[in-house]
Amino acid sequence: MSNLISQLNLLSPEIFVALMAMLILLLDSFIIDKNKHFIYGLSQLTLLVAGLITASLGFSGPQFAFEDMFIFDSLALFLKMMSFITLSIVFIYSRNYLLDRKLLNGEYFSLSLFALLGIMLMISSKNLLLMYMGLELLSLSLYALIALNRDDKKSNEAAIKYFVLGALASGLLLYGMSMLYGFSGSLDLYTIGNVIQTQEINSELLVFGLVFIVVGIAFKLGAVPFQMWVPDVYEGSVTPVTMMISTVPKFAAVAMLIRFLFQGLDYLIVDWQQMLLIMAILSMIVGNVTAIAQKKIKRMLAYSTISHIGFILLGFYVGTIGGVQASIFYLTTYIIMTLAVFGLIILLSSTQKSIEFIDDLKGLSQTNPWEAFLMMIVMFSLAGIPPTIGFYAKFSVLQAVIDQEVVWPALVAIIMALIGMYYYLRIIRLMYFEKSNKKLKTKSFLPMLSVLTINAGGLLVLGIFPKTLMSISALAVGGSL
Amino acid sequence: MIANHILSIAIWSPIFFGILLLILNKKISIRKINYVALFGALVSFIVTIPIYKNFNTTLSTFQFQEFHHWITPFNINYHLGVDGFSVPLILLTSFMTIMVILISYQSQKLKSASYYSAFLIMSGLMIGVFCALDSILYYIFWEAMLIPMFLIIGIWGGPNRIYATIKFFLYTVLGSLLMLIAFLYLYFKSGTFSIIDYYYLPISLEAQILIFLAFFMAFAVKIPMWPLHTWLPDAHVQAPTGGSVILAAIMLKLGGYSFIRFAMPISPDATLLLKPLMILLSLIAIVYIALVALIQKDMKKLIAYSSISHMGFVTLGLFLISPLAVEGAYIQMISHGFISAAMFICVGILYDQTHTREIKKYGGVINKMPLFTAFAVFFAMANAGLPGTSGFVGEFMVILGSMKENFWIAFTAATTLILGAAYSLWLIKRVFYGDIGNAVIAKLSDINSREFLILGSLASLIIFVGVYPKIISDITNSSVLQFIELVSFSKVEML
Repeated sequence: MSNLISQLNLLSPEIFVALMAMLILLLDSFIIDKNKHFIYGLSQLTLLVAGLITASLGFSGPQFAFEDMFIFDSLALFLKMMSFITLSIVFIYSRNYLLDRKLLNGEYFSLSLFALLGIMLMISSKNLLLMYMGLELLSLSLYALIALNRDDKKSNEAAIKYFVLGALASGLLLYGMSMLYGFSGSLDLYTIGNVIQTQEINSELLVFGLVFIVVGIAFKLGAVPFQMWVPDVYEGSVTPVTMMISTVPKFAAVAMLIRFLFQGLDYLIVDWQQMLLIMAILSMIVGNVTAIAQKKIKRMLAYSTISHIGFILLGFYVGTIGGVQASIFYLTTYIIMTLAVFGLIILLSSTQKSIEFIDDLKGLSQTNPWEAFLMMIVMFSLAGIPPTIGFYAKFSVLQAVIDQEVVWPALVAIIMALIGMYYYLRIIRLMYFEKSNKKLKTKSFLPMLSVLTINAGGLLVLGIFPKTLMSISALAVGGSL
Repeated sequence: MIANHILSIAIWSPIFFGILLLILNKKISIRKINYVALFGALVSFIVTIPIYKNFNTTLSTFQFQEFHHWITPFNINYHLGVDGFSVPLILLTSFMTIMVILISYQSQKLKSASYYSAFLIMSGLMIGVFCALDSILYYIFWEAMLIPMFLIIGIWGGPNRIYATIKFFLYTVLGSLLMLIAFLYLYFKSGTFSIIDYYYLPISLEAQILIFLAFFMAFAVKIPMWPLHTWLPDAHVQAPTGGSVILAAIMLKLGGYSFIRFAMPISPDATLLLKPLMILLSLIAIVYIALVALIQKDMKKLIAYSSISHMGFVTLGLFLISPLAVEGAYIQMISHGFISAAMFICVGILYDQTHTREIKKYGGVINKMPLFTAFAVFFAMANAGLPGTSGFVGEFMVILGSMKENFWIAFTAATTLILGAAYSLWLIKRVFYGDIGNAVIAKLSDINSREFLILGSLASLIIFVGVYPKIISDITNSSVLQFIELVSFSKVEML
C-alpha cells in the first residue's frame, strides 16, 4: 500500500493536471464568465501548483513507478518545469489576443492542459506504450487547438493537414515500436536496450525498425524531410496556438529522442547518428534558404524553427553527453526566443488587424520604439550574434561537434547561420531603416508588456551571464545519462 | 582597487554613457544631449590616459591584467590585458570618439541621442577587442561591435544605405564565423580559450594552415585586403561622416591588430609558408587599388580606395616579419587612423553644405573656404606620404624593410608614393582650385571654430607623429621584438 502511495506521489503532478483540465472543461460550461478571468486564473494556478508539486519531488537520482513504466529523473524535472513556465507565458501572451477575437473559451485552456499532460507523460515515459499514449494525447489536443478558429478556412485546412500527417507519423512510430517489441519481447526501453546489446539480433532488421522510430520523432520536431506540416500549421493556426505548438511540444519531442535513442537504443548509435546528421544538415539548409523567400512572418518563423531544429539535431548527432547538453541548452534558448518573438507579434496585432506580412513591421522603430527595440534584440538572438544568448546556443553546439574532430558539419552549420542572418536582419532593416506608412495601433496591456520586456531583455542579460542557464541544462542532462 | 580595473573602466565607461544617452533620449533637449555625449566621450578618453602613462615599455608581457571567471562550463574567462600593440590603438579609439561626436554636432540633428550612443557603445566594444586576452571574450566584443555600426550605416546613411550595411554585416560575419571555428578547434586541442596559451600550443602544419586561413578570412575582410575589399567602398560612401571616420580610423585597424594578436603568432609555420602569397596580395592592394582610386568620381569612394591601398602597407609590413617593417606597419596603422579620419571629416564638412560628393560638381572651393582648403591640402599631402607627416614614416619604414627582403617588392610598394600623390593632389586640384564651379560653391562659408578645433588637433597629431614617431615606437618596441620571436619560432618542431 505504501508502495502504491509513493508511486502515486511520483505521478502527482500528472494526476493534478489531468484533474484540473477536466475540472476547467466542466466549470466552463457552468460558470458565466464573460472575460474568462476565472478560467484563466485557474489555469495559471494549475500550472503554478503543478510546478510546485514537481519541484517538491526534488531530485535524488532517477525514480521509477508502475512497473518501471514511469521515470522521474533530472531531465524530467527540468523539462517539466520548463514546460510549466513556457505554457504559463503562452497563456499570459495569448489572453488578450484571443479575447479580442472572441476565441477565448474554456476549451483553449483545457486542451492546452491536456496537451501539457501528454507532454509530461512523454517526458517521463520509459515504456513504449506510455510514450505512445502521451504522444496521442498531445497530438489530439493539438489537432483541436489548431482548428480553434473554426470559422476560418485556413485553420481547418491546417488542422486537417496536421491530422492526416500526424496520424501517418503515429502509425509509422507504432510500426517501429512493434518491431522493437518483436525483437526484444519487451515494451520497456531499458530492457530493449539490454536485449539488443546482449543477444545476437539481425541488425539490418533492427535498423529498419529504428528508422520508423526516428521518423516519428523527426515528425514531431519538424525536421526535414518531415517538415511539410510546419509552415502550413504555423500560418493556419491563430498566433497564440502557433506559439504554443512551436514551444511546449518540442520539450516532449526532445525527451522522446533522448529516451529512445540515448537511453534505449544507444547501442545503435552508429546507425542513428547518420540519420540525425542528414536530417540536421537538411533542416539547416532547407529552413534557412526557404525562409529568405517568405513574405508572411509566421511562415518565415516556421522555416526559422526548422533551421533551429537542425542545430538541435546536430548536437544530438554528436552522441556525447556534451552534445546532448548543448542541444538541451539550445532548446531552452530557442524556447525563450520563440516566446518573445510570438509575444511581440501578438502585442503588435490590434483588434482589427493582425501582423501577417513581414512588411507590416515597416518603420516600427518610429511608431513603437520600445517594441521595435525588443524585436531587434530577439532577432539578433535568433541570428546568433553576441552578446545575446542565441550566440552561446550556437557556440555550444558547434563546440560539441568540433570536440569530435569533425569539422565539416560545423562549417555547413555556420554557412547556414550566415544565410539565416539575412532574413533576421531583414526584419531589423524594415523596422529601423525604412519609413512607416501607417501607425500600428496597439493596446499596451501592461502585465504582458512587462513580461515581454523581461523575456526579450532576458536574451541580452542571459547573453552577458549565460553561465547559470548553461549549468542548469548541463545538470539536467548529466543527472540522467 | 581602481588601478586593477583600469582596462575595465576604459571599456565600460563609454558603454555606460551610451546607455545613459539612450535612457535620456527625448527626456532632455538636444542641446543637453550634445553636452552629455561630449562629456561622456571626454571622460572615456581621460580614463584611457592612465593606461598610457603607467604602461611599462620595457616589458613585453601583458600588463594591467584582469581575470575573472565567467562561463566556467567552457572555461571562458573575463581576461583583459594590454601590450605595446594595444595601448596606442586604445588611445586612438577613445580620441576618435571625441572627434566623431564633435563632428556630428551639426550634421545629425535627428535622433542624435541614439546616434551618439551608438558611437559611444561601439567605442567601448572596440577598446574591449584591443584588451581581450580570452578569445571568446574577444569574439564577443568583435561581433557585438558590428551591431552599432550596422545601425549607424542603416539608419543615418545615404540613399543606398540598406544594401551597403547588409553587405558590410554579412561580409564581416562570414569571416568571423570561420574564426569562431578556429577558436573552437584550438579549444579542442588545448582545453582553453586563453590567447596567451595558444602562443605556445604545438599544432601540426596542416592544422596551422587551416587555422591561418580561417583567421585570414576574418581579418582580411576587416582590413580589407584585396580581393575581399568590395564591401568597404559601399559602406564608406553610404555611412554618415562619423561612421566613415570610425570605420576608417579604428575598424580597419582591428584587422591589422588581430593579425598581430592571432593569425601570425598562433600559426607561425603557416605564416612563413603563406608569406609570399600575403605579400603578393598586399602589393596588389597597394598598386591596383591605388589605380582604382585614381578614376573615382565620388570623393568618399576615392578616400575609401586610398584607405585600402594604405592598409596594403600594413599587411605588407606585417608579413615581412622584420622588426623595422612591423614597426613601420604599426605606425602606418596609427597614422592612417589620423589621416583617413581627417579626410573623411573634410568631405563631411563639404557635404553638409553642398549635399554632394561628386568631384565634378566642385571647383574653386579655395575662394570661399581658404582656411579649410589649407587643412584639406595638408591632409592630402599627408595621405600622399609627405615627409614630416606621419604618413611618410610608416610607408618609409615598410619600404626600407622590404628592400632588405627583395628589391622588387620595395620597388612595387614605392610606386604608391607616386600614385598616392597623383590621386590625392588631383582630387585637391579638381575640388579646391580653379574658378568657382557653380552657384552652390559660391554660397559656401568657411569652417567655424569647432571644425577648426577638430581639424587643427588632427593636423597637429599628424605632424607630431611625423617628426617624433618615437612616441609610438617606444611603446611598441619590446612587443614587436616579442612578436618577431613568436612568429619565427616553429611550432611544428615542438611536436
